[in-house]
Amino acid sequence: MTTTPIAPALPVPAPRATGCPFNPPPAYTEAAATASVTRAELPGGAACWLVTGYPEVRTVLSDRRFSADVRHPAFPFLLPGRREILAANPSFLRLDDPEHARLRRMVTGDFLVKRVEAMRPDVQRIVDEALDRMTAGVTGADLVTGFALPVPSLVICLLLGVPYEDRDRFQSLSRTLLSNESPLPEIARAQEELEDYLGSLAARKREQPGDDILSRLVARDDLTVREVASTGILLLIAGHETTANMIALSTALLLDRPEQVDRLADPAALPGAVEELLRHLTIVHSGLPRVALEDVELDGTVIRAGEGVLAMLSTANRDEELFGGAGHPSVDELDLDRDARRHLAFGFGVHQCLGQPLARAELQIALATLFRRLPGLRLAVPRGELDFRTDTLIYGLRSLPVTW
Amino acid sequence: MQVSVDRDRCCSSGMCVTNAPEIFDQDDRDGLVLLRQTSFRPDQFADLRLATELCPGGAISLTESDAISLTEGSAISATESDAISATEGGA
Repeated sequence: MTTTPIAPALPVPAPRATGCPFNPPPAYTEAAATASVTRAELPGGAACWLVTGYPEVRTVLSDRRFSADVRHPAFPFLLPGRREILAANPSFLRLDDPEHARLRRMVTGDFLVKRVEAMRPDVQRIVDEALDRMTAGVTGADLVTGFALPVPSLVICLLLGVPYEDRDRFQSLSRTLLSNESPLPEIARAQEELEDYLGSLAARKREQPGDDILSRLVARDDLTVREVASTGILLLIAGHETTANMIALSTALLLDRPEQVDRLADPAALPGAVEELLRHLTIVHSGLPRVALEDVELDGTVIRAGEGVLAMLSTANRDEELFGGAGHPSVDELDLDRDARRHLAFGFGVHQCLGQPLARAELQIALATLFRRLPGLRLAVPRGELDFRTDTLIYGLRSLPVTW
Repeated sequence: MQVSVDRDRCCSSGMCVTNAPEIFDQDDRDGLVLLRQTSFRPDQFADLRLATELCPGGAISLTESDAISLTEGSAISATESDAISATEGGA
């Protein structure tokens, strides 16, 4: 099934502008300014739709006529060839209901708001200890390896029951899996290695259970070992990569906006400040992939059954009508006092981030503690030399040299 | 103001508890949405509307009661009317 193109398709992924590392690629912003739905071309030449408007992104992510099933032949990929790897044993993130709900509901109990609230003292201790280690006897460090990555890795290891000693292995495998520039055989190998790793860890926990998610999953008789492994991989990767990059990017951005840092010290302003950082940075930056199962009209454009869609959270989160308005600067500016609660940084619909209460708690505690304990925190390299990770599904920083 | 929750649509994102903690809870047994209150004060209406709008599964339904116009409109009578009509639906 084809649709007559009106304008040349926009190649995705589009690059960010030099000197504007915190703003979406100009091509996406321009597309969003023209229409809510734009014809795009994926690497490898396949066509798909780029959905950039806030209401339309919400519809794509919450309307059952759009599928998240990675096994669908028209499911859009930024890296052609990833389909075969991911379709072999998809996590519930890449399945539709009822398969999705069945698996997701096995772990929702571990991320309830009240459970996360009860974990706050643990998170605070992990944050304090990471800062103690990073600052011991030195006046500068790489904030990514010293703080941003250890904090969420330690938290998710604790929850899942993964030994933190194995972090080098799972962090490196995660990054291979998430990169659009990894050679396909390496991605396939990383997927297999992570599955083997979590599968054998789960098997050990069947014998010697702990008070953790993997132990609880492997004890169930309605889950296969492969399902335990795919759920474990999803939680492990989503649990450390996203929050780590949010901590690092937020720090880099706030070092550029020192006049706003004091908002983090106000407990009443802190939750709202973190929502604004989530909105402004939108680290899941390359679009959430879906496939239309029926013809759907979005803002005057008909998306045909069997066509791929990328729902762009980053442009939706720059909706001027929703997030701008009187008394606030443009949505392209960071404003920690803005009401950003309607942001879609965690997605929308039934696949919306399961760990968002935990992510919020970690970000609030990590950022407030970092800037309180290191009031002289500053970049140790010129701003233009920061090494941003643009090739991955999750935006971030490879390193963040700081001094204090 | 009438509120109902559909536990079959709930995906346990916790958005309702985050945005309106006085009104919503998550069930210890299955993680699904629970209503903590069956009557609502006018100062809770904004939170209630936001929680409904931002529920990712569309599990919360809000019926803006027309009690205000039916009952010659004081805030007090509207609140009483809300208390009577509040329901907990779903599972």
